[in-house]
Formats: sequence, structure tokens, C-alpha cells
Amino acid sequence: MISVGEPGTKETLSLEELEAAAGLRTGRKHTLSILVENRSGVLTRIAGLFARRGFNIDTLTVGPTEDDKISRVTLTVDGALHPIDQVTKQLHKLVNVLKIRDLEPGDTVARELALFKVSADGVQRGELMQIAEIFRGKVVDVTKRAVIIEITGTTEKIAAFESMVRPFGLIEMMRTGEIAISRGRSET
Amino acid sequence: MRAVDALMECLKAEGVDVVFGLPGGANLPTYDAFVDAGIRHILVRHEAGGGHAAEGYAKATGKVGVSFATSGPGATNLLTPITDAMMDSVPVVFITGQVRTELLGTDGFQEADTIGITMPVVKHSVMIQDPQEIPRAIHEAFHIARSGRPGPVLVDIPMDLSRAEIAYEPVMDVRLPGYQPKLEGNQKQIRQAAKALASAQRPVIYAGGGVVNAEASDELVEFVTSDRFPITCTLMGLGAFPAPHPQWLGMLGMHGTRTANYAMDEADLICAVGARFDDRITGKLSEFAPRAKFIHIDVDPAEISKNVPAHIPIVGDAKHVLAKLVVEYRAIGADPARLDAWWSRIEGWRTKHPLGYEDSTDNEIKPQFLIQAIFEATGGQAIITSDVGQHQMWTAQYYDFPAPRRWINSGGLGTMGFGLPAAMGAQVGCPDQLVVCVAGDGSVQMNAQELATCAQNNIPIKVFIMNNGYLGMVRQWQELFWDRKYSHVDMGDFPDFVKLAEAYGATGMRLHDKSTLVEDLKRAIATDGPVVVDVRVTREENTYPMIPAGSAAREMVG
Repeated sequence: MISVGEPGTKETLSLEELEAAAGLRTGRKHTLSILVENRSGVLTRIAGLFARRGFNIDTLTVGPTEDDKISRVTLTVDGALHPIDQVTKQLHKLVNVLKIRDLEPGDTVARELALFKVSADGVQRGELMQIAEIFRGKVVDVTKRAVIIEITGTTEKIAAFESMVRPFGLIEMMRTGEIAISRGRSET
Repeated sequence: MRAVDALMECLKAEGVDVVFGLPGGANLPTYDAFVDAGIRHILVRHEAGGGHAAEGYAKATGKVGVSFATSGPGATNLLTPITDAMMDSVPVVFITGQVRTELLGTDGFQEADTIGITMPVVKHSVMIQDPQEIPRAIHEAFHIARSGRPGPVLVDIPMDLSRAEIAYEPVMDVRLPGYQPKLEGNQKQIRQAAKALASAQRPVIYAGGGVVNAEASDELVEFVTSDRFPITCTLMGLGAFPAPHPQWLGMLGMHGTRTANYAMDEADLICAVGARFDDRITGKLSEFAPRAKFIHIDVDPAEISKNVPAHIPIVGDAKHVLAKLVVEYRAIGADPARLDAWWSRIEGWRTKHPLGYEDSTDNEIKPQFLIQAIFEATGGQAIITSDVGQHQMWTAQYYDFPAPRRWINSGGLGTMGFGLPAAMGAQVGCPDQLVVCVAGDGSVQMNAQELATCAQNNIPIKVFIMNNGYLGMVRQWQELFWDRKYSHVDMGDFPDFVKLAEAYGATGMRLHDKSTLVEDLKRAIATDGPVVVDVRVTREENTYPMIPAGSAAREMVG
């Protein structure tokens, strides 16, 4: 997480040496993992904060954690459009928000679930199933004129799969938004 | 014990000595509990008046203000004071009644989604779902309202839950894992700030309302006078540094002094303490203080680098941080002589651009003259509240505040109608002090009904109406920026404020003679009970100097 900086304490200091660190756009996608108290209205507070400060949420998932008093909100924000530092600091001001982690992309396992309903009659069905297999997707339902494919992966993988199946006639697509967990022994 | 009786016990445990409120259907149980609770309650005439009174009380005393209202319209009438308290970081606990739980979500009589409506403008809010939660919720509300960056907290209590029986046990501790304000300030960062200050050639200290909220006035004075630092304050910070003083540049910002604004413009280092770089301070952001590096001290981390990126951010309470900063700064032993050139530049501006106006040659009262007369008549020692507009800016410019908590006004939200009820609350909190409301003839009508409250409870505020018959600030903008095309700003000679005051049971006076003004004001101050003085001033006088909205400090006019 980008926090308030702590420059070293050099013995001499000229004003020219000072550089502003905060408030800058990072230019990449950020995945914020937020632990919140499991109380009514918490999600409204988070969503309302984003709306009134003019921040856009790209994806949002909410679910229980191993502790039933605490829920986890995972949301992704575009760091090219918003100062992430300001986003996290404003979120921290919500009393029901317990912890925020801005997950490092290289140190995070992120997954999203998607369901694709694609039109497919006899000939196309085989080709579709082959593509699904390459993406480690599963065909979970088949009818005469359509198949439903379930796929899990990063946002980028799902986007790639979408571009592959779109030419077949994409009837519907549903995505859950990303959940993410940090690698290693420490908690997210 | 009934939950409402437990509520009263909690208020007493929090040291609440007065509540400003108005009863209604959904908070009948709460008002029933008031009868035997032994807490003073002041019955206001409109919930907005009650909310602003609680703000005035909080700002004058530093304690948490408390305001009660019923559900629906009672709660929605509180919306302006709640927002005002949020914008100006005023610690107020609002307790609203709500319809019975079985009616929630059915559009019941006097039902409003109070929590939903107020969510964007509270520091925190909670709707009671189990009556057993009430004591803890109340103590948490007070804790959140007064600590860290203060602000409004709302507790919404459905009527059936408020009259339920609970097993009351006093709550001794409040633990909120998601709310732990940092007060101390990082020592390394503070040392870094001291070094930067010691090497600065053109420093300015820019202090705001956070210094007042943190009771850090003494620390600010010690810090500023530990060297020859020039100091300016925001509208909300006035009084945090005693005026006048050789190092005092006056207020900065849109209607600040040229000296303060030019000093910010040319500074090489600006040390912001409890201030938030509001647009009324910065003007055109891209041209604000272009040569400066910034130290930003604030208890709210989200204010740091929000508008202006800070080079040395320090998250902490002004009282703690300034005390440490003085120690670090003194240890360096900076040479005060390095500021000689800077001070001669500042003195040049002071001499060339003093605050001033062209006085009338006849008996007409200029609005600026009125403020100077109020200063003289009160010996500069009153608690002054104001509404919003020209009169507010002239008061900020011409009344030198010698101490914090003497200047109570609506800064961030700019709420007309704030001054009179705020004066009422300040007077209740400070019964031995002279409390004066400087009002505009437009603003004062927005909460004039509280004169009845003042008369009934013998709350002896003195309301000085600067009457120019206009919505003066809007008129000024129409004159300057809209080709003098006046659109709906003329209030005429209505109402008759003397008769209005008398109808409410207050004393009314009308003044238009400059030669006896100070004596007449003293006579009004010496009159018992609430007094309303209608002072007729020059109709079309403009508030100067001024940075036009969206312009840079260099472009000041007037």
C-alpha cells in the first residue's frame, strides 16, 4: 500500500532535494483487498464514497471470511485515472473499514469466475470445446443451439477467452469480478 | 431500565450539560426520559437552529455539542447543520428518532431514510437494531465525534427500541478496531521539517482550524516565535495566533490581505498546520505558491496531498506535532538573520497595501466602520459568530481575534442562517461571556425564529445586523463579474427588524448615525436579554481585496 512517505534524515537538506511523492497517478490497475466489519450499510458507505469522490470501481466482490464478524471486499481501481493514495486514505476514514491492502501484482494470486453462453450448432461445437480446453475452461451445459462455458482465471485470461469466442456469437457473459490473495505465509 | 433512561445515563457519563432539540412522535420516549434526567434541554424552534446551536456550543467550548430531532422532517431539517459540522470539523452528536422497526421501509408516517440521506455528510452514523446496543453506540458516537479530526456523528433510534427494557451496565471503554487516529507525528518527519524550515529563506506558516480543534494555540505561538516566521491563518484558524502581532500577516485567501497572499505566492517553504488547501485559499491551483515546497501537518491523512502534494507529510495532531517541532527546530540553532531580506519584502507589501477602505464623509456608516466600532464597543473580547457573506469577510478582516474559540462562523459549507443559532449555543456554553452575532440582513432571516428560544430562555445574545438591503456578496459578484446585471438580490426594507425583535420578546434597536455608533453599540451590549440591532450601512460597498474565483494570488483586485 502506498503510505505516507518517510524520507531519510540527512544531516543537511536543501529545499531542492525535497520531492513530492504522494498524489500521483501510478498508471496501473490496483487490486484493493479491504476487510470490513460485517454490518449493515458498509458496502453502501464504500460505494457512496467512491461515487462522491469521483472514483470509478472497475470490479467489486464481497464475501465472508474465515471470521463471521468480518467480510472482505475486493475491488479493482484504475490507477491511471485516480490517485490511489487518496482512494485508500479516504477508505480508511470509514470507521467500519478495518484494513486495506493494495496488493502487489507480482505477489498476488488473483482469480475471477466467468460464464459464457455462446451460440453453437453441430460444426462449431467441437471447435469451441477445443478453445475451452486450451483455456482450461469447462463446458457446463449444452443445448441444441448453445453451450455454456465456465472459466476461471485472471481478468486478462478471461478477456482473452472472450475475444476468442465472440466471433462464434456471444449471447451472454457473466463475470464475478476479481478476488485476490497474497502469496506466502502472511495474511492478505 | 428503559433504553431511553440508559441513554440519559450515557449522556451524563459523557459530561453533557445541555441538549438542543425539538420533540416529535418518534422521539417521544426520549423526551419522556428528559423530564427526570436532570439534563438541561433547550427547546429550539426549528431543528436546523438546534443543530447550529450545538455547533456554536461545541466551537465555543471545545466540548461535544448534542442535538436531538424526531424522525422524517425533524431529521431532514438537521441535514444542513450536519453537513456544516462535517465541512468545518465540529464535534456534534445528533440523535434522531425513527419510526417503529415494523414500519421501516414501508414509507410510514414521518419515515425518512435518515442514515441513507446523511451518509455522505457524517463522520460516522449508526442505526440502532438492538436496544441493548444503545449505550455502547452513544459512547462510540462521542468518542468518534471528539477525537482525531472532529466531526458529526448520528445515532438513529427506532421508537420501539428506545422504549424497550434493557439491562444497563455502564460502558467503561470504547474499542474501535477500524478507528485509531494517529496523533503523535513521525519523529523523523518532524526532524526533516525542522531542517527544511532552518534552511528556508522565505518561509510562511499557514495555520487553519485544526490548530483550534487541537487546542494547540500556545504551541503554535511558541513555534512561530521560535524564529521570525511570518504567520497567516485561514478563516477557520483566526484567533489560533493572537492578532495583532509583528509576525502576523493577516488572513489569507480570497478576501485575505495582500501581504499574506503575496507572501504565499513568493514563499520557498510553506508549513501548513491543520489547514486543507481549500479553493478559497489556493485560488487557481496550478499557479498557487509556485516556488514553494510544502510541509503539511494534519491529523487527517486524507487531507495530506489531496489538493497540493506535500514534500514533508506529517500525520498528527497539531498540539503534539508542534511541540516536538519546536524542540527539533531550536536544536538546529538556525540564524534568524537569514530572514532579513524576506521580512523587508513583507514589510514593503504591508506599507504599500494595508487593509483599508474609503470612509464616508457624512454620517453614513460604512460596513467596515461598523466592524471596527463593534471591536471597540466589545473591547475586542467578545465571542463573535457570523453568517455568510460580505459581513462575514469584513468581520474576519477588521476584528482582530486575540484568542481561539472567539470567532465562530461557517467556513466550508458557507451556511447562511448559521450565526444566530450558533451565538445562542455559544452563549449557553459560555454564560459569562459577551456573545455577539454579526449578521447580514439576508442571512439572519434564515434562522431568526431562534430569537424566541433566546427570549424564552433569557439567552442574552447581541445580534448586530449589517443591513444593506441586499444579498450583498451575490450583488458584489453580479456587479463585478456579471456586468452589474442585478438579479434577485434586492431584499428591500423588509422586514422591520425592530418590530420583529419585539415580537419575539427581544429588544430591537435601529442605528444609522456614525458619530454615536460606538456608544449606541455599547448601550445595546449593556441591555439585558437578547438584543437585535438593525444597523443601516452603505448599500453598495464591496469586500476588498479579492482574488477573483479561479485566479491566482497575483491577480488580487481592490
